[in-house]
Amino acid sequence: MTGSIAAIGAGLAVIGAGIGIGQIGGHAMDAIARQPEATSKIQTAMIIAAALVEGVALFGVVVALMSK
Amino acid sequence: MPPNLHAFLILKAVRRKTKNKRKIILLFSKRCLHLHPKTKNQSVFRKMTNKIKPFRAYSIFATLFLVLLSTLTFAEINEPTHEVLHSDSAMVAQPHEENNSEKAVDITAVAFEHILDSHSWHFWGEGHHSVAMPLPIIIYSNTKGFQLFSSSKFEHGHASYNGYSLVDEKIESIDTNESIVDLSITKNVAQMLLSVVVLLLLFTSIARSYQKHGVTSAPKGKQSFFEPLIVFVRDDIAKGNIGEKSEKFVPYLLSVFFLILINNVFGMIPIGANLTGNIAFTLTLSVFTLIITNINGNSGYWKHILLPKPYYMWFILMPIEFVGIFTKPFALMMRLFANMTAGHIIVISLIGLIFVFKTIYIAPVSIAFALFIDVLEVLVAFLQAYVFTMLTALFIGTAVADHHSDESHAGADHH
Repeated sequence: MTGSIAAIGAGLAVIGAGIGIGQIGGHAMDAIARQPEATSKIQTAMIIAAALVEGVALFGVVVALMSK
Repeated sequence: MPPNLHAFLILKAVRRKTKNKRKIILLFSKRCLHLHPKTKNQSVFRKMTNKIKPFRAYSIFATLFLVLLSTLTFAEINEPTHEVLHSDSAMVAQPHEENNSEKAVDITAVAFEHILDSHSWHFWGEGHHSVAMPLPIIIYSNTKGFQLFSSSKFEHGHASYNGYSLVDEKIESIDTNESIVDLSITKNVAQMLLSVVVLLLLFTSIARSYQKHGVTSAPKGKQSFFEPLIVFVRDDIAKGNIGEKSEKFVPYLLSVFFLILINNVFGMIPIGANLTGNIAFTLTLSVFTLIITNINGNSGYWKHILLPKPYYMWFILMPIEFVGIFTKPFALMMRLFANMTAGHIIVISLIGLIFVFKTIYIAPVSIAFALFIDVLEVLVAFLQAYVFTMLTALFIGTAVADHHSDESHAGADHH
């Protein structure tokens, strides 16, 4: 029982990360379309932000794993 | 001579003597290359091939490495089923592995065995066929004092030695009055020492070559690989986030960056220990960051924490800002730990799918996904080292920043 609840928790964490990374990627693409010459700078910032969002999602995954 | 004439003459030659076809075809293809405007003579062509050769060799090596990596990862978890099949068919009576045949492969147990610390360095194999390196056990007990012996004395937890036994990788004393402190060189400690030795050898040799040759010529060998990274940490991470006072913090940032990077990479090698996925390791690093940030915090930094700006909000903002001192390193600790642990778990789970479904037809899918995740983990290894160092620099930067010029900037970082 706790295992399946943990799985739901992990799924919710993934939804959050999906929304976050989707926002980052979408806005980065907007920004690149507006200013193609700033592509490399935008990409770097995008990857950092994505890593931070991913890190928060992984907290959820780890908690889900530990509760097993 | 126009190139078309060449082709014509060669075709004629082909018609005349077709003894050595292969040679002629080779000659023909060489002549045809002359048609290309840029390759006017043979030397240019040779230069081109020389340029291509090392690249091709490199790419072949990289592909082989990745294939090897994936097969090794595969082989590592392959072992338990071998054992299962073995005892299933031959019915070999082994005292402590009786109901192995009925038990399904517990992927969670396998995953956690790979992630967690251990008193012996397990390489491959299972049960009696396992190949492992015993590590020294150092314990301090309040009755017997310091004791040093090899972990092979425990025989993987099946035997007790000198009044101690190993229960789930934890040393327990038979005597209930005795309390022990475990200071053993575990798998993680051994890997950390190994990585420190590797880093020392690498960087002293690089430093020596700078001492010898100076910065007059272009970097060579490993120097040319590490110089951009060092310059990146110094200029982009340290100077970019700290400012003029960055010089003082560059040694710490470089140490943290390369220690995390090398251990992330070692952790990805199948027999390597998951050191950066150990919370004690990341805790230690983040405590260093905490201490360095707060020792170097100037009056502006402390004023920002203890006396936040709108004075009527003081009793709410002060506790928040004060807790903020600790939450920032805590987030650093959790981020590195969670990222590396989750990466390892994902790879093992994907491989474990084969044993969950008990069919070989799922293997191509899971190997392909595991390879993809492995490649992604290479990116993550660099990225997490970068993120840890960058955020450390950012925290130090807010602590040492000139308060007047950076008021709005420092405020923005907290929200």
